[in-house]
Amino acid sequence: MEKKTSKKGIILGVILVILGALVPLFAPVYTVILLTSILMYMTIAVSWTLFSGPTGYISLASAAFFGAGIYTAAIVGMALPLPLVIVAGALASFCVALLVGALTLRLKGIYFVMFTFGLVELLLHFILWWEVTISGTTGRVVPPAGNAIVFYTMLIIFVILLLTVFFIRRSRYGLALLSIGENEEAASHAGVHVTALKVIVYAISALFMGAAGAAMATRWTYIDPKIAFNPLISFMPVLMAIFGGIRPLYGPIIGAAIFTYLEEFLLTRFPYHYMLIFGIIMVVAILYMPDGLIGLTQRVWKKISRRRYADT
Amino acid sequence: MPILEGRGVTRYFGGLAAVSDVDFWVETGEVLGLIGPNGAGKTTLFNLISAALAPKSGSIFFKGKEITGLKPYQICRMGLSRTFQTVKVFGNLSVMENVLLGAFFGGEGRIASADALEAATSALTFVGLSEAAATPARDLTLANQKRLEVARALATRPELLLLDEMMEGLNPTEVNRAMALVKQIQEKGITVVMIEHVMKAIMNVCGRIMVLHHGAKIAEGTPQEVSTHKTVIEVYFGERADASR
Repeated sequence: MEKKTSKKGIILGVILVILGALVPLFAPVYTVILLTSILMYMTIAVSWTLFSGPTGYISLASAAFFGAGIYTAAIVGMALPLPLVIVAGALASFCVALLVGALTLRLKGIYFVMFTFGLVELLLHFILWWEVTISGTTGRVVPPAGNAIVFYTMLIIFVILLLTVFFIRRSRYGLALLSIGENEEAASHAGVHVTALKVIVYAISALFMGAAGAAMATRWTYIDPKIAFNPLISFMPVLMAIFGGIRPLYGPIIGAAIFTYLEEFLLTRFPYHYMLIFGIIMVVAILYMPDGLIGLTQRVWKKISRRRYADT
Repeated sequence: MPILEGRGVTRYFGGLAAVSDVDFWVETGEVLGLIGPNGAGKTTLFNLISAALAPKSGSIFFKGKEITGLKPYQICRMGLSRTFQTVKVFGNLSVMENVLLGAFFGGEGRIASADALEAATSALTFVGLSEAAATPARDLTLANQKRLEVARALATRPELLLLDEMMEGLNPTEVNRAMALVKQIQEKGITVVMIEHVMKAIMNVCGRIMVLHHGAKIAEGTPQEVSTHKTVIEVYFGERADASR
């Protein structure tokens, strides 16, 4: 029920997407690759926020869904054309999330967090075991796609995700998700089929993570279970969303963009200390920006405009 | 035919019978009061009816259909709505959004957005909260949060409404307004079952009263019958508490 999302925001978004689409035509390869990473993190952060933002169920299974997409791409990549590989990756994640959601979304609080994180390890070790004992390999080769193609694929996935999130948030189901986060019992007594809604939206958010995984697999070309199921992917979207601000749609987008760039910047300038600096920035962000960057900007803006008003 | 009927409804917490073999019925259009000392099992009975809890044995029928084993959202969509003893409003959502949720999801079948908006608006007007539509629910007074819960329940277009201690913690003026509201709900043709400790409200509003004690039904009847019932007086005031002595 977010009718407040202004027309300005939509127009700005369309302009940014069009500008972004033109980038590979003139920008250096490095920029295209960096933008692809940013788009990947944006996709994961926004789809994480789609479910965990309103409901308050902190899921750390992002790496599992992302990895399911990567592995599906590795398995079907040789046989299918790129669009179908992406769809296969997305559907695989969707199905995993449906199953996991149906089993675990009755857990609450820290138990849900722990289980979702355990899922990453579970899938990692299951696939590792499968590859070693049954298929007899530890790594797989994914047919590579060009940098520009991966970039455009990620851009398309991201735009579809944005539209999906936009319409879900505006719909009655967006309101129902918020009510679940507020008081699940009251929501169910007001007629919301809480379990079904949670599981379906969880699966939709996983769908996009899987699609992103499948797209990125074509850039990495060689993958093994440890690359595919990287626990960092579970934490990054949470941090990015907190950093940017969870409530507005553009919060996790801005968070992901700044974070990815920051990571790249620190990694090239301070290769030995970058994790340390990154950690300090994160602690400061959580301590002093409880509503994220967006909340901070709004606070500062209010102060400035109040002072201006006081002067006149 | 009664709109709601329970046969041998039983629920244990550990070894304790919270509700034990209770038979009850509610006539269409009446206001039934449910009273009893603390821990008598009143709220547990509401939880069993609205499926927040499952009964150990016994069955409950709503509009002639068995509803034991259904989920809370299914019962709500059939037309049986409730409020909570400790208010459970969605604090960070606006008053309007709180009620809209009930309008969107609480009725049978899919409702058009415009119709849901209309249902929510009229429910808010009915309880007298239309002025506060844009306020976050957490900023309302307790009395108004309780009204908001009633509005959310009404927006689901119920035939039977369970009100759990709607007047607890309200001041005398607010109690009078709440009593008037219950009467208006009844005039709308909605059947009401209310748990209440405020005796003035019970005596004025309810056509019939049922008394629970230690999970068992000990009396039922009109307010006059119940207030002179020997066991009820014993339960509330102890034995030998005869006013004439």
